[in-house]
Amino acid sequence: MALLEVKNLEVYYGVICALKGISFEVNRGEIVTLIGANGAGKTTTMQSVVGLIPKRGGQVLYNGKEITHTPCHKIVRLGMTQVPEGRRIFQELTVYENLLMGAYSVKDSSGFKNDIEAVYTRFPRLAERRNQIAGTLSGGEQQMLAMGRALMSHPDLLMLDEPSMGLSPLLVDQVFEIIKDINRDGTTILLVEQNAGKSLAISDRAYVLENGRIVLSGTGKELSESEMVRKAYLGG
Amino acid sequence: MNISNLLDCSVMSGGGASFGDKLADIGRELITIIINGLSVGGIYAMIALGYTMVYGIAKMLNFAHGDIIMVGAYAIYVVMLISNPIVAILCSIVVCILMGVLIEKVAYKPLRGASPLAVLITAIGVSYLLQSLAQIIFGSDPKFVVVYDFGAINILGVRIQVFTLVTLAVTVVVMVALTLFVKMTRIGRAMIAVSEDKGAAQLMGINVNNIITVTFAIGSSLAAVAGLFYLLKAPTVSNTLGAMPGIKAFTAAVIGGIGSIPGAMLGGLLLGFVECIAAKITVIAPYTDAIEFSILIIILLVRPTGFLGKKRREKV
Repeated sequence: MALLEVKNLEVYYGVICALKGISFEVNRGEIVTLIGANGAGKTTTMQSVVGLIPKRGGQVLYNGKEITHTPCHKIVRLGMTQVPEGRRIFQELTVYENLLMGAYSVKDSSGFKNDIEAVYTRFPRLAERRNQIAGTLSGGEQQMLAMGRALMSHPDLLMLDEPSMGLSPLLVDQVFEIIKDINRDGTTILLVEQNAGKSLAISDRAYVLENGRIVLSGTGKELSESEMVRKAYLGG
Repeated sequence: MNISNLLDCSVMSGGGASFGDKLADIGRELITIIINGLSVGGIYAMIALGYTMVYGIAKMLNFAHGDIIMVGAYAIYVVMLISNPIVAILCSIVVCILMGVLIEKVAYKPLRGASPLAVLITAIGVSYLLQSLAQIIFGSDPKFVVVYDFGAINILGVRIQVFTLVTLAVTVVVMVALTLFVKMTRIGRAMIAVSEDKGAAQLMGINVNNIITVTFAIGSSLAAVAGLFYLLKAPTVSNTLGAMPGIKAFTAAVIGGIGSIPGAMLGGLLLGFVECIAAKITVIAPYTDAIEFSILIIILLVRPTGFLGKKRREKV
């Protein structure tokens, strides 16, 4: 059984149809990527799956449980969370307080110390800046903080929306390394990326989204070798 | 009508002739203004906090907030008919919280995501609804209610009503408690998170609707306390009691920087001082309201975010 199963998902913004019935699944332990151009519906997919924007039709199952109309805060408590596009860290709070917010949904606070130490170990930069106001961090540090914050809720499924956006090439590599690391430690990953080359390289499977439809799917390797993907997303 | 007009904190002076006496007079006058200013400002700050918290978190101007004060004052009036002041005050706080939460659920929650103008008009509608309901239930003649007479004391030759000091002390305690609550507690931090980014807050597992309800409950309980202070100063209740203090406190919240808790405190105190100073100067006393609102206009022109308001980066 797939960890996340999306069937015929339809999303409208007013009268504009953003997702025209897409279906995909993410199995436990995988890294799955949605690639696509600007406006293809990647972020819409991510936000509607997690319950931030309403769905017009279709079905979303998490661990076999129907979550199509479950509000976002309850979905998060089921063990699925998202690093949103643009990071959206809490600018006025410190690094530590942001991580504290990440653990908001964790009922048992006894593991908090270990969790936060684990995040500091994974992102040493955050440990150095633990008392700094998050809004003053650099873009790369903010991305680390957004990922650390999401990890504080011990997600089984971590969704990452454009984690490499706006980062220097060096940091982009680092972010992809960290994603692989997180996955190796047992977290399933659903990734949305414009950087098709790098994301396909680390993906078990991937889907290509175009104008609100899935037009192609396969393993990361298959897709990076596909003529159509190479032309459209890998620069020839 | 200004709250300061109702204050009875006057200088007892025989109008001495010597320079030393004059100086002492001025000194007493100053003490009077400071204590009155702090006390009136405290009430405004208490109300402004309700405005500012609801705005900061729900991003709406709850123009019915002033009328919650009136509801609280009527609650005190009713319970005082059958019980003692302590019970009356507690009941008033409970009634205000219930009323605030009810208004939020019935009138504002369905409009979440609607245009700000629709929410604003609804809030004004709720304000008139409350005033009219009170008029239907209690009639239009003011009701007289003495909650408790603290009496007066003499400090350095100035006669000071004890309730002004009580008002001041309670206000300071409430401010400190509220600041600590927001900074130190789980719910408080969730409030900051919701005020910054509702979507991201939901991704943390925060139930945004619950946080907004808590915010309304806190704001309304502060309005109940403000209603009590008002009755201590002016022992009459009418259905429009909350209207003017509400607008003044809104002014205070905007001057201080709407959305900011210290800003509400600062704006409230500033307005309190302006009011008390203006009331002392015979020539301009009748224009106190005009002066206060002019200050609002000037500050909005010079510093649109108020003193402590933050410029928010628009999210793309």
